[in-house]
Amino acid sequence: MRVARWLAGAAVLGALAYLNFFVFRAPLLVKLINVSLFSALFVLYRVIRGPSAADRIIAVDILGVLSIGILALLGLHHDQGFFMDIALIWALLSFVASLAFAKILEGRRLDD
Amino acid sequence: MIRHTIGMAFIWLGIAFDFLGVLGLIRLPDVYNRLQAATKCVTFGSAGLLFGVFILKGFTSFGFKVLLAVAFIFLTSPIAAHAIARAAHRSRIPLCPESVVDLYEADHELNKEGGDAAA
Repeated sequence: MRVARWLAGAAVLGALAYLNFFVFRAPLLVKLINVSLFSALFVLYRVIRGPSAADRIIAVDILGVLSIGILALLGLHHDQGFFMDIALIWALLSFVASLAFAKILEGRRLDD
Repeated sequence: MIRHTIGMAFIWLGIAFDFLGVLGLIRLPDVYNRLQAATKCVTFGSAGLLFGVFILKGFTSFGFKVLLAVAFIFLTSPIAAHAIARAAHRSRIPLCPESVVDLYEADHELNKEGGDAAA
C-alpha cells in the first residue's frame, strides 16, 4: 500500500515535470513560474484537508511567501517594477494576519 | 553574462527549495514537523529566489524593492513561525505518536508546580 502511494506520487510529479519542461513550449521563466504554481496547488491541498486549525494557518502563511516569489518572477518576466510593490504589501499583510491568527488560536485577546 | 548565470543559479535554487518545502508540508505527520520543514525551506527558497532577481536586476529601483522584500522576509517569517508554534502547543494540538520528547511541556509543568510564577 505504501509502495503504491509512493509510486503514484512519483508518477504524478514526474508527469508534471515532463509536461512542464519538455512538452510545454515557453520561455524558461514561465516554466519556473509554473513550478511555483504547482507548489501553491499542493499547499491548497493542505489548506483544505488540514486536520487542525494550525495546519491551515501554516499553509496560508506559506502560500503568502510563495506568492511573493511568484510575483518577483512575474516582474522579472514582464520587466516591470510594480509587481514588487504588490509583493511588499502582500508580505506585510501576511505577517500581520499570521500573528493575529496565532493569537486567536492561543485564546488571547488581540489587544493583549 | 556571468551575472546572468549567477542570478539564474540562485533562482533555480530558490525554486527547488520552495518545492521541497511544500513537499514536506504535505508529507510530514505532525503540525510541528510541517512547520519546521515548510518555514525553513520556504523562507530560504523565496529569499534566495528574490536575491537571484536582485542580482539579475542590479541597483535599479526594482532591485532595491527586491532587496527590501528579502530583508522583510528574513525579519518577519521566523517571528510568525514562532508565534504559530507556540499557539499550537498552547492550544493542546497533540504531537505525532512517534515523538520522543516534549521539553516545552515539561518546562510548563515545572513552572506550574513552582506555584507563584504567574506566567
